[in-house]
Amino acid sequence: MSAIEENRLDDAIMLRSRAVWPDVLAALLALVGLADAIYLTVSHLTGQSVRCTVTSGCSEVLSSHYATVGGVPLAAFGAAAYFTVFSLSTLAAFDYRFARTLWAVVVTVMFLFSLWLIYLQAFVLRAFCQFCLLSAAVTTLLFLLVLATRLRRFPQG
Amino acid sequence: MKKLLPLVIIGVVLIVALGGAALLLKSPSSSSPANSSLAASPTPGAAAQATASAKPPPAVAANEKPVHVRGRADAPVLIEEFGDFQCPPCGEFHPIMSRIERDFPTQVRFSFRHFPIKTAHPHAVLAAHATEAAGLQGKFWELHDVIYEKQSEWKDAKDARPIFTNYARALGLDMQKFSQDIDSTPASMRLVTDERRAQTLGVTGTPTVFINGREIPFPKIMNYDALRNEINAELAQAKK
Repeated sequence: MSAIEENRLDDAIMLRSRAVWPDVLAALLALVGLADAIYLTVSHLTGQSVRCTVTSGCSEVLSSHYATVGGVPLAAFGAAAYFTVFSLSTLAAFDYRFARTLWAVVVTVMFLFSLWLIYLQAFVLRAFCQFCLLSAAVTTLLFLLVLATRLRRFPQG
Repeated sequence: MKKLLPLVIIGVVLIVALGGAALLLKSPSSSSPANSSLAASPTPGAAAQATASAKPPPAVAANEKPVHVRGRADAPVLIEEFGDFQCPPCGEFHPIMSRIERDFPTQVRFSFRHFPIKTAHPHAVLAAHATEAAGLQGKFWELHDVIYEKQSEWKDAKDARPIFTNYARALGLDMQKFSQDIDSTPASMRLVTDERRAQTLGVTGTPTVFINGREIPFPKIMNYDALRNEINAELAQAKK
């Protein structure tokens, strides 16, 4: 078997392993994240406070100076990021080749950023915000999806 | 055609997202119900709150008589706040409540109950103790007002004790007695009483406000007009 033929075989296997469900799942997760980020952005802009409860903190997180970058609420960047992820997943589901790679890169960056935000909530602000944690959970799930799809494509790591 | 479909989907989502955001932004009152409906299912607190408000108004047991009440004794409306001095929305509720007290001088009585959320607010218990220590010198409400009004001044401080001590000094309290009382059993016992009352009423967060024993939803208490409407409704019922 020549090298070219082997490559073709690999391509065929890759094509078959490219199921659509990870893209659809990613798009749905991104929609949840998008709704959450929009809610956070709006409640940030309207200055609407969140009730303090025994199980969570309150508006400490959203009113901290970490919550804005150059006057723009961080949640707005989150909304833009989730919209990007949604768009890329949708494009990937329709076989736009570039979309999957870009999608993995964007999600990885978002995941690392989420880790930083969780660190801030746990150790610097010492307060958690439910809707920020929901966003972190969505990003983590998206990142797991990246790992799952990437690892399957390159089994040897 | 198939190549265009994803772009159409993306476009629709973009329009819906921007439209939704604009809608939420435009009407601040409509963002409040969105808040409560979003929070309704995932938080156990909200569920407990719902069941608490569904219960018939609980009668005030003799030993649960509010200690700190201001306003006329014959006022038909009793507003009871469960508050945490370090909680930001409680700090925002304070001026709303003060305005209500000014606008209904003869109809409304106001009672404050401690509900410090220790896990989120390291200075909340100390603030509550400070007001109780001031209360032992007859100045509970004076310190209550100052601590709420100057919340931003002390909430991020490493040690809030000297700040509270300064407030107490400015009110002309006996400082030796104050510094003894702030860590005393009578002060902490008051917090225990309020905690028990909070448990029986199913309070899980702050500020939680009851009007004549009926719990008022959070978005309503944070809005002066909505709170005034609740009081007027209560007054109309009292007249019947």
